[in-house]
Amino acid sequence: MENPAALLFVGVSHHTAPLAVRERLTLDGDRAAQLADRLRADPAIREFALLSTCNRTEIYAVAASPAAGVAAQQYLAEVSGCAPDDLGPLTVHRNDVAVIDHLFGVAAGLDSQIVGEAEILGQVKEAYHAALERNWTGPVLNRVFQKTFQTAKHIRTHTALGEGQISIATVAVDLAGKIFGSLEEISILVVGAGDIGLKTIQAFQSRGARKITVASRTLSKAEEAAAQAGGWAVSMSELPEILPSVDIVASSTSAPYAHITQNMVAYAMRRRPQRPLFLVDLALPRDIEPGAAEVADVYLYNLDDLARIAEDNLARRKAEVARGQTIVSQRSVALWPQVERQLGDKL
Amino acid sequence: MLARWLGAGQICAMNNLVPPDRALLWLGALFYLGGFAGGCLALFRRGETDNSRVTLNLLLAAGLVFQMAGLYLRGRAVGGCPLANKFEIVQFVAWSAMVLYFVVGPAFRISLLGLFAAGYAGCLATISLVIPAWDAGRGVRIFGNNPWIELHAALAVFSYGVFGLLSLTSLMHLLQAWNLRHKRLDGLFWFLPSVVQLDQINLRLLMAGVGLLTISVAVGAAWWLRDLHSVDLPKIAVTLAVWLVYLVTLVLRLQRRLVSVRFAWVCLVLFVLALVSLGPVNDSRHPAGTPAATR
Repeated sequence: MENPAALLFVGVSHHTAPLAVRERLTLDGDRAAQLADRLRADPAIREFALLSTCNRTEIYAVAASPAAGVAAQQYLAEVSGCAPDDLGPLTVHRNDVAVIDHLFGVAAGLDSQIVGEAEILGQVKEAYHAALERNWTGPVLNRVFQKTFQTAKHIRTHTALGEGQISIATVAVDLAGKIFGSLEEISILVVGAGDIGLKTIQAFQSRGARKITVASRTLSKAEEAAAQAGGWAVSMSELPEILPSVDIVASSTSAPYAHITQNMVAYAMRRRPQRPLFLVDLALPRDIEPGAAEVADVYLYNLDDLARIAEDNLARRKAEVARGQTIVSQRSVALWPQVERQLGDKL
Repeated sequence: MLARWLGAGQICAMNNLVPPDRALLWLGALFYLGGFAGGCLALFRRGETDNSRVTLNLLLAAGLVFQMAGLYLRGRAVGGCPLANKFEIVQFVAWSAMVLYFVVGPAFRISLLGLFAAGYAGCLATISLVIPAWDAGRGVRIFGNNPWIELHAALAVFSYGVFGLLSLTSLMHLLQAWNLRHKRLDGLFWFLPSVVQLDQINLRLLMAGVGLLTISVAVGAAWWLRDLHSVDLPKIAVTLAVWLVYLVTLVLRLQRRLVSVRFAWVCLVLFVLALVSLGPVNDSRHPAGTPAATR
């Protein structure tokens, strides 16, 4: 009796390979096409899909036997220019139900470098659709990937794996949402036009913020950053005048003193009593006097506060990994008999 | 349909050990409390999901139907609005808050309002049921045949329902502001709306409540002027005081002199005082007509 076909996985990820190697293995358009040509030309391989992100390069395949995995690894080495001997120890091979288990975990963000990140599901979907369009996949992988998307969605809905932001800037944006709701009509003042200031602007803009003003000790830098953000530029000397008209202040200068004082904040709040003020101090030494938090309806968060929230969120996500993995195991075990039957029909 | 609900009340009445109207009101209270308990459980286990929200709304809708059926039986027995004693007034306040939640709540789209409304209505309804003294003089017809006085009373009590909901959103505002200020970002924090949204909702609810109470006071005043001895002084004083304090609060809020956390505190404290004021208001009312049996 002939052996049934096998479900294969061959991959390199952040768990096994350093960044320099992962860079070389990245499958851009040309490399992906070259690898696909080799895989299609191999008579043992019937179906396949390629997943390439900054953290992983993976081949999912249906082949006549598990031995085809070695050939797939060889093709990957060829198109990436890596020596097969170098790639060997970094490559992980899996077969059958372990492949489903792995793919479910990857799509759900359980295997990501930043646990619970949501982008990976979109990347897996893109990889599958690219394979589907080019007829690389067949009934087995189509079924496995469809179940993968359902499982990933189920895990995100039924666990806290994706909850809470884990970067300082996005934590600040989340908090702003809890103070103001929508950020579209919120006026944001970013003090400091350095790298942190620009990242903060991007984070707020990604949540719909439009009214952005940039202040910097060097007006030309403020104007440059404001032009990038589509906002306005002001000089630092204008801070006391502008403060009453803004809702959020995110400050990240390298000044050795606090340039936003408690008195300035108190004055600003007297002129805008109907709305809260959110102060985000991203600088060290601090840009905002801690006493500003004493003013009514002012919420002041500094670097330590934001870092603690990010750490708490990450810890909460990690605590959910076990729940996510249980769901993955249950669902992959439930799916495997159907896939096994399909693999038998393949011959 | 209503007959079926009333039939359920008859079954629950257990051979007249509990009057059917009270049995239905008990069922309403238990559904509210069940919704509250289930909502809390879902919140602590996973967070507010679409499924838990649907379950909560179904339980609250069932509670509302049972409560409405119980109040309907009482109203039918006296041929008017069931507002004869403290028990009925408190039941009506709980009912109106729940009606408002279903009618107005979706427009506000505030998460957790259903859970808070369930706890609030469930507690009010249960407390009124477990204190027998509040239901003394049941079945008394207090409005005579004057629909205007009945409208006055119904609007006044309904405005208390609005103020009740306002006290809930004020409580949510205070919780959220406290969480933000003390950087306690666990528990309910991520499920509560933003402080600015809650402040805007509070203002809208206050405007609605003051509007209803103003109409009620105007209708009552028009009839009182025709017969100055028809209402006791304590009732007039307390009613006007409640109306005036809420009106002043609204004016201060519109002038932006009372905002945010202080505004929420005032709304919360005022509602507690308004609830307490129901006692003297109720005690100083003159029953009109003869007692009517509800069984």
